[in-house]
Amino acid sequence: MTLAVERPADIALVEVRGVQHVYGKGGGSGLLVLDNVDLTLRPNEIVGLLGRSGSGKSTLLRSIAGLLKPTAGTVSVKDMPGDDTAHGVSMVFQSFALFPWLTVLGNVELGLEAQGVHPEERRKRSLAAIDLIGLDGFENAYPKELSGGMRQRVGLARALVVQPSVLLMDEPFSALDVLTAETLRTDLLDLWCEGRMPIRSILIVTHNIEEAVLMCDRILVFSSNPGRVIAEIKVDLPQPRKRLDPAFRALVDDIYARMTARTTPQAGNRDGLFPGTGIGMALAHISTNTLAGMMEALAGAPNNGKAELPALASELQLEADELLPIAETLQLMRFAEIEGRMIRLTAAGKRYVNAEVDERKQLFAQNLLAYVPLASHIRRVLDDRASHQAPARRFRDELEDFMSEDYAEETVSAVVDWGRYAEIFAFHEDMDQFSLDDPA
Amino acid sequence: MVFLSPDRSGAALLMRFARRRYAPNRADIVALLLIAAGAVLIVHGADQMGRTLPQLQAAPIVLDLARLPGYALLTTLRMFAAIIASLLFTFVVATLAAKSKKAEIIIIPALDILQSVPVLGFLTFTLTFFMGLLPGREWGVELASIFMIFTSQAWNMAFSFYQSLRTLPEDLVEVSQQFHLSPWQRFTRLELPFAIPSLVWNTMMSMSGGWFFVVASEALTVGRTTFMLPGVGSWLAVAIERQDLRSIGWAVLAMGVVIVLYDQLLFRPIVAWADKFRFEQTASQEEPRSWFFDVLRRARLLARLTRPIGHALRSAPPLPVVRLPAPPPLDPRVSRGLDWMWVGVVVLALAWAVITVWRYVAVSISLSEAEMAFGFGLLTLFRVLVLIALASLVWVPIGVWIGLRPAWAERIQPIAQFLAAFPANVLFPFAVMLIVAWRLNPDVWLSPLMILGTQWYILFNVIAGASALPNDLKEVASIFHLRSWQWWRDVVLPGIFPYYITGALTASGGSWNASIVAEVVTWGHTTLHATGLGSFIADATARGDYPRVALGISVMSFFVITLNRSLWRPLYGYANRRLRMA
Repeated sequence: MTLAVERPADIALVEVRGVQHVYGKGGGSGLLVLDNVDLTLRPNEIVGLLGRSGSGKSTLLRSIAGLLKPTAGTVSVKDMPGDDTAHGVSMVFQSFALFPWLTVLGNVELGLEAQGVHPEERRKRSLAAIDLIGLDGFENAYPKELSGGMRQRVGLARALVVQPSVLLMDEPFSALDVLTAETLRTDLLDLWCEGRMPIRSILIVTHNIEEAVLMCDRILVFSSNPGRVIAEIKVDLPQPRKRLDPAFRALVDDIYARMTARTTPQAGNRDGLFPGTGIGMALAHISTNTLAGMMEALAGAPNNGKAELPALASELQLEADELLPIAETLQLMRFAEIEGRMIRLTAAGKRYVNAEVDERKQLFAQNLLAYVPLASHIRRVLDDRASHQAPARRFRDELEDFMSEDYAEETVSAVVDWGRYAEIFAFHEDMDQFSLDDPA
Repeated sequence: MVFLSPDRSGAALLMRFARRRYAPNRADIVALLLIAAGAVLIVHGADQMGRTLPQLQAAPIVLDLARLPGYALLTTLRMFAAIIASLLFTFVVATLAAKSKKAEIIIIPALDILQSVPVLGFLTFTLTFFMGLLPGREWGVELASIFMIFTSQAWNMAFSFYQSLRTLPEDLVEVSQQFHLSPWQRFTRLELPFAIPSLVWNTMMSMSGGWFFVVASEALTVGRTTFMLPGVGSWLAVAIERQDLRSIGWAVLAMGVVIVLYDQLLFRPIVAWADKFRFEQTASQEEPRSWFFDVLRRARLLARLTRPIGHALRSAPPLPVVRLPAPPPLDPRVSRGLDWMWVGVVVLALAWAVITVWRYVAVSISLSEAEMAFGFGLLTLFRVLVLIALASLVWVPIGVWIGLRPAWAERIQPIAQFLAAFPANVLFPFAVMLIVAWRLNPDVWLSPLMILGTQWYILFNVIAGASALPNDLKEVASIFHLRSWQWWRDVVLPGIFPYYITGALTASGGSWNASIVAEVVTWGHTTLHATGLGSFIADATARGDYPRVALGISVMSFFVITLNRSLWRPLYGYANRRLRMA
């Protein structure tokens, strides 16, 4: 958005072609995280990668940063021709990733030190970056003395001081409270619009739709089974953008619909939103209390059994990527149905809401066994064995054929939680073992 | 597009320089005096150690009070030589283990076993080895003594560093990769700082254990030859021989002073400094403090004088980084195959080692003797277990009582740590006198000596555990009027358990080692004997009977490893899984 000399817009600073990423055991049938992703980043633009957690957008960012090697496809990073001030990429982390034993100045100097820049030059440039980012006066502070917002400013200064041509940002504001995030976002946009940063373009990963619309010139929406670019949206609203602007709201609603829309709206394919199929389905660990709470919110006024997801999200004060896994878990267990932007309680869902504790548990058990393949699989194994016991390790190993260790862990813990609530099996943490015995 | 006007920051820099003053202050005087004194002492001590063996034997230990500070200094220097060796070992070996899978396969189990082996038993072998290495010089004996201390210190330090390297925070690793830090920058900026808090703590524990061995390893008797290295340990040995109670008292005092000094002038400052490397990003409520560290920090002139060094280090041209071309990625199956082949090689080497040792031992030792040694092992095991149980019965209630009262805990905790560091073998003569005077049964009454020095680990860990009990749990306990047994069973014992296990594990390991010097003790011409594996090894060492020393060590290692695997390890795992406060 700089008003500087026009540069040829057809130059690609970052070019991603056919990138594919597979997690899991040695190259075989692992979990496909990214599938055939293309991306071109041009000068003078902010591009957002928007998607749910697990849609592989961070993986893509790390491939561009050179931290990961994609399973297939190419990533190339180029400098502007004739540009001798800005080179390569630099990254801002969600967790700030500051070295606690280095001062603000030490943290900012780190990248220059690695480049072998002369100490005086290093100090001069670092102090300038610290000034620019509004950290003046904090040079000698240690990260633990700073608030979250100030820490992320250090992360930003550290990334800028090496004068990258592309700034990569991995959910840079999501570990901050709402007010702090807003301030930082505005400051960053100001610096960008006034052309005071040496960078040529920004690639930002986010799961926050409003953030993407506020900041980006172009938004790539990712699906999550597997990670693919399902939409590319140009944002032409002038900066600074206003949240209450009707055009802004319309755009947010539109993106919401695209993110919740099923790629293939066939009846009967309700499991499709979770990666994997059968017992190899990677589940999200959503507490049964949350599931019940969501069904009650749907059943109550003013929803009366159905609601639009964006409205429900703002009613429950949840982000899209917090709300969607809950909705999809309900859909998986046939307590609710999602159609486009609408979510509707099924008959089973309504019965659940009106039932007492014990009946709720019975309903939950029925649907859990019927529609969550891993739950019924564990129950069947326990029934078959004379001892009615089975080590959890065994199921985790089975899952790891389909997905990464972390996903397997989360999937098993989700099923443990639901199975305990439904009382279809017991789990003993000390022995890491499932059994059928009644704890009574 | 340039950064904001460089003039402004340039001016700020100038201002910052102008505000600093370089005149020496009072803190400078204290710091400089102490540092200069330290340097003089080290040079003097090193000079002493370079003498030849005949000189060493011509100048026996003199029980003259004026010489005692000099002896204490030499003892301390040996200690520091060992700790520096341990640190070097740690950096090299632990880094290797963390970076190379093939090295890891050998190093980690080896460390695990080495830290359970009774180092005192090795005395005979190491002495012969180092005497052969440096014939005719005191350095040979010195090195044997330093190596002994080293073997008591290095393993847990290496373990701690290895664990730190394996648990580096992922995001900081990514930052280092992204900025292409060189291996050396990665080490100084990420790996070492991250490992420091745990390494400092482990070094401190190693030092505490080390005083015991430095005293035990100065007066070396192998077969008919006795070497007395000038030091507190030899002073003690001579005093025991002459039944000189006053000199023993002075030795106790000297050790006490040395330990307090090392604690105040070295370790507290280092702990205070290491606090900034703790990984939590929140400010800690209670920062470790050290007056000497404050003095050093406040010393203006000193800072001025040392700055050029730091500056030179920072601005030195980066070492030429040799980046080897990455080896072509192997097929996972081939790579796994290579790993297995490597395991095969290691197993073969181990088998060869076992057979060699077996042949050596089997020539001179009959099966019945091995059975006997095993029986002795059972006796010593019985002693260790009973003593740990007794010490727990005494110190757990006391530790809990102290830990729940912060004012007391603050004062007693340093004392408990001091007692753990104090070499208990200095106190043995007093116990022997009592046993002789009252004609007690040495088989029973020598046993407490084994735990004399190590019981404090139980005490200070329990104090730490009780102080760390969350306040809300204590409040719940008092709201529900939990009393007596229920209070212990549901609140206190689970709360302190992880800490207690750490203490008991350390105490148990230390007691096995101590048994080698505690089951045979002398007072003048009286020698008291308790039947056990420790006295078996000690006697064999005194006779220079290598096969039996080897047998004794093997049996003891077997017992220690079995005890660790079947009792302490499972308890430790349980405590960490179930009873850690989240």
